[in-house]
Amino acid sequence: MSSRDVVLARVRRALADVPRGEGPSDPPVPRDYHRVHGSRTTAQSVELLAENLAEYRAIVHRSDAEGLPGLIHRLLAERGARTVVVPPGLDASWLDPAWRDPSSESGSDVTLVEDHASSTPYELDAVDSVLTGCAVAIAETGTLVLDAGPDQGRRRITLVPDHHICVVRVPDQVVGSVPEALPRLAPERPLTWISGPSATSDIELDRVEGVHGPRTLEVILLAGSREAG
Amino acid sequence: MSGTYLGMPAFPRAAAASTRDKQLRANLTHATHTIRDKRAKAVAELDDWAQLRAAGAAVKDRTLRHLDHYLEQLEAAVTAAGGQVHWAADADEANRIVTRLVRETGEREVVKVKSMATQEIGLNEALAEAGIRAYETDLAELIVQLGDDLPSHILVPAIHRNRSEIRDIFRREMASWGRPAPAGLSDSPAALAEAARLHLREKFLSAKVGISGANFMVAESGTLVVVESEGNGRMCLTLPETLISVVGIEKVVPTWQDLEIFLQLLPRSSTAERMNPYTSTWTGTTDGDGPQTFHLVLLDNGRTDTLADTVGRQALRCIRCSACLNVCPVYERAGGHAYGSPYPGPIGAILTPQLRGMAGPLEASLPYASSLCGACYEVCPVAIDIPEVLVHLRERVVEGGPVTRGGARTVLKPAKGHAAERAAMRAAAWAFDHPGALRGGMRLAARSRRLHPRRLPGPGRAWSQTRDLPAVPAESFRDWWQRTRGTSSEQRGDVK
Amino acid sequence: MRVALFVTCINDLLHPRTGQAVVELLERLGVEVDFPAEQSCCGQPQFNTGYRHATEPLVRRFDRAFRDYEYVVTPSGSCAAMVRDNYPRIGAKAAAEGRGRELTDAAASAVPKTYELTEFLVDVLKVTDVGAYYPHTVTYHPTCHGLRMLGLGDRPRRLLAHVKGLELRELPGAEECCGFGGTFAVKNPAVSAAMGADKVRNVLGTGAEAVCTVDNSCLLHIGGTLTRQGSTVRPVHIAEILASTEGSVR
Repeated sequence: MSSRDVVLARVRRALADVPRGEGPSDPPVPRDYHRVHGSRTTAQSVELLAENLAEYRAIVHRSDAEGLPGLIHRLLAERGARTVVVPPGLDASWLDPAWRDPSSESGSDVTLVEDHASSTPYELDAVDSVLTGCAVAIAETGTLVLDAGPDQGRRRITLVPDHHICVVRVPDQVVGSVPEALPRLAPERPLTWISGPSATSDIELDRVEGVHGPRTLEVILLAGSREAG
Repeated sequence: MSGTYLGMPAFPRAAAASTRDKQLRANLTHATHTIRDKRAKAVAELDDWAQLRAAGAAVKDRTLRHLDHYLEQLEAAVTAAGGQVHWAADADEANRIVTRLVRETGEREVVKVKSMATQEIGLNEALAEAGIRAYETDLAELIVQLGDDLPSHILVPAIHRNRSEIRDIFRREMASWGRPAPAGLSDSPAALAEAARLHLREKFLSAKVGISGANFMVAESGTLVVVESEGNGRMCLTLPETLISVVGIEKVVPTWQDLEIFLQLLPRSSTAERMNPYTSTWTGTTDGDGPQTFHLVLLDNGRTDTLADTVGRQALRCIRCSACLNVCPVYERAGGHAYGSPYPGPIGAILTPQLRGMAGPLEASLPYASSLCGACYEVCPVAIDIPEVLVHLRERVVEGGPVTRGGARTVLKPAKGHAAERAAMRAAAWAFDHPGALRGGMRLAARSRRLHPRRLPGPGRAWSQTRDLPAVPAESFRDWWQRTRGTSSEQRGDVK
Repeated sequence: MRVALFVTCINDLLHPRTGQAVVELLERLGVEVDFPAEQSCCGQPQFNTGYRHATEPLVRRFDRAFRDYEYVVTPSGSCAAMVRDNYPRIGAKAAAEGRGRELTDAAASAVPKTYELTEFLVDVLKVTDVGAYYPHTVTYHPTCHGLRMLGLGDRPRRLLAHVKGLELRELPGAEECCGFGGTFAVKNPAVSAAMGADKVRNVLGTGAEAVCTVDNSCLLHIGGTLTRQGSTVRPVHIAEILASTEGSVR
């Protein structure tokens, strides 16, 4: 008898009290909890997202499509970043055109690093910043969800660098609550839910920001754009 | 590291020692009170908390009542997504499987995400015996590992240490495990977190094998979920080539949608946050992203025995949030180590005796490690009626009765050392069921009351070492009623 | 309204004044009170220590003693909770052991009519001002079973708020267990004492003259710790405060 059979047989013996006719979905689950807490306009949801992100020490910026490359450029410059990794499917319009053109004399000294399957963690560790989009943002919890889509890339690129700039298209990508977020996410994709920078409560149960993940999380709420793809 | 709870004394003795440890008491009081108020606030933000709690309990009950079905569904989904599923009936088997899987990679080092299941089975020690070094990467687990210590809390295993003790451990021990602590390390939590970041970074970047547990497993999709704060989880789940997850069979939930309940209940109950900093979900393997080999080890180790007890099985709803520890007045004073298991506090007092059986003195003492104040039940996000299960297990201790051990039904004998208590309890119950005799005794007590000591000898010392006994009044209520009212149905012949 | 007093064994033997206070208070409010002599202990000490089978005769006795009454009022949150929460469990387990429905029926009869005193006053009699007078500073400790099992909420405090002359002092950490817990106090004496010491420190910190609860069992522990420390703070059951009037302050 395999251990699989042993364990399953034990489970079945343990459940002798469950009536034979009862199906796996028969035990009732009351779902009378809220789909979303309170009622908000779209603008209010975006506002709440910004508030909650900020409360957990993410730095929130707002931009339109036109100002975005400049803002990104400025944020990287302010941080003194010399290299920034981007996923292969990042919207090219987000980037300063000067980066695409090595002959440009724009004065930018930030080098774009494209992520490749062969890049090692050590290579990533040498990169200063990462720039991505996201799949969904949840207002009530101040959460960004990345689903490894083309503008988000492999999970590791938003993990190893110490500085993450994440662009959220508002209001399209913003949902109110966790129950509203899950149907928009595909379980077969690897997901990373991010609520503020890396933190710990392990010392005296008091929250401190900044352990292994990016210690600085900057979120750009990009207004007026339609969701890509 | 010592890493074992074996041979620990029964709860009362260990707890008594803790109550005399001023530093421990101060550390625990500070930490638990800090989180208590925050949790209450985080929970109060949601006006549907009661509904979420009921739904959480119901999803877990649905799963448990059809656990065989959901496990098979999960297995099929994980396999279809490129994972390999292994089954372990007990701790030894799980350790053998993991050791073999690590050996097959040719690696001698692994990085670990904090996992209760691997603590429970003593995986690190088993790996060490096979010449494999396991690095704990959660900050609190790191503190415990470097300090050659034992975890004392589900969420914050080093809760018994304060910041200056942590600094001292880092300064003393980090060098022998890898990168030493920075010179002049202070005891500010931010500096300590930075020291851990630097110390572990090299391990993350070079690791080829990661070992984790999981908070949830979704049966319909085969998705595993790890909820964390620091990013060490993400490191272990995404950078290595091979990932091995050891997960208790009760961690399965039926549907993707069910996560909408638990991802609201868990962070608020556990770290008192609207959402924890990082949650990772993965389904099998993904080409080019993350580990290309994924093993899931499904662990029984006493869970099916627990499932067989229709009252006790609710303990398997537990999502390991640790809210019950943080509100428990007994935990606060006894400390986590007194519970002799990686599962301390109220949930440990009902989980450990069920997972391990109640034959040992420690396990038999755990159901009594509670004043039954009910604060644990009140905060439990999946409504485990811990006091109910405690009393149920006390019955098994003193009366014995039917239990399941290793999948086989058996009858537990009453625990030793309760003979005098059993006699006293039965005598009291007999007396209370024979009011005539009881009244005689009461009157005798009343007449001799001037002779009663305020302190007791023998076993009664346990009471009177710190408390006076009340004086016995001259007249019982019963006699007063008879004297002043005298109209009740009381038999006349019984009245003086 | 046929109201029976369930005085509880602890009050019968050790705190008869509490029972007397309940009788005086209810009679003052126009309630005719009876004391069925067949009553005894609710069985909580046995049940909570694991001796469920030894508890069963006491469940039957409770049912016999109070079967003919419309209401059973008890000055103990803990004993009321024993009846309401645990009698049905005892019945269900006996039935599962193949011993019929007798205990289930006994529980079903006992549960809906059993009230803790402050519940009975506020919910059934619908009074919060019972015309009491108690010229002392008092701090209130909400006992665990009253608070969490019965859900007494603010009923005791609403009653105390209307007592003339009484000044209520907030008790820090009020909702924390005092550490009594029945046999817990004997099985884990060190932790129990540490909890009691913290409770007493908070009580003393209020500067109140008396500490009040809905349960004399907890007061036994708190009061025993207080007198051992040489304190003069009086442990007093809420019934005794509510029964006090300008004519007869207790």
